[in-house]
Amino acid sequence: MSLFGSSFSGSSASPADMAARKEAIMASVRGEIALANAQELMNKTNEKCFEKCVTKPSTSLSSSEQTCLSRCLDRYMEAFNIVSKAYTARISKEAPLLASQ
Amino acid sequence: MAEGFDEATQKELATFMDNERARARVNQSIHTLTSMCWDKCVTGTPSTSFSRSEESCLANCVDRFLDTSLFLVKRIEQSRQEMTGSQL
Repeated sequence: MSLFGSSFSGSSASPADMAARKEAIMASVRGEIALANAQELMNKTNEKCFEKCVTKPSTSLSSSEQTCLSRCLDRYMEAFNIVSKAYTARISKEAPLLASQ
Repeated sequence: MAEGFDEATQKELATFMDNERARARVNQSIHTLTSMCWDKCVTGTPSTSFSRSEESCLANCVDRFLDTSLFLVKRIEQSRQEMTGSQL
């Protein structure tokens, strides 16, 4: 079975046609990864901010809970960026060491 | 995998997939680390910005987690060597 669907099964493809199909495959893979990433971030913020801001669920979200939630969302994104920066800095520092072993 | 492609394109796509997979793995680690370090470092109610100490805690958290991982691997390797050493 083809990973990228069987709609691309023309056997006599021109080079331009082939390049276009290649680009389409790459774009769709990138898109799916970006989507999965955004979903993961969404799920995490929901989980973390609910835990932090909605300590006693009542009949509706109070305005203070809403303020807390929007701040929490911003802070979680910021935390993600800080962690991302620290992690990639560490990886690029350590990658040459690992490769030389 | 992708029929109708010439060999060079197939190779290019395979490399592309490998790279994307590696990037996705790194991204997954960042998600896990963010979650873990958030729990450790952000203890109060979220405010409009991080305090200095929260910010440095988050960055330190990443580095110390990786240090922990390296440290434990070294310890396990050490005790494995001691064990095989005593058997000889």
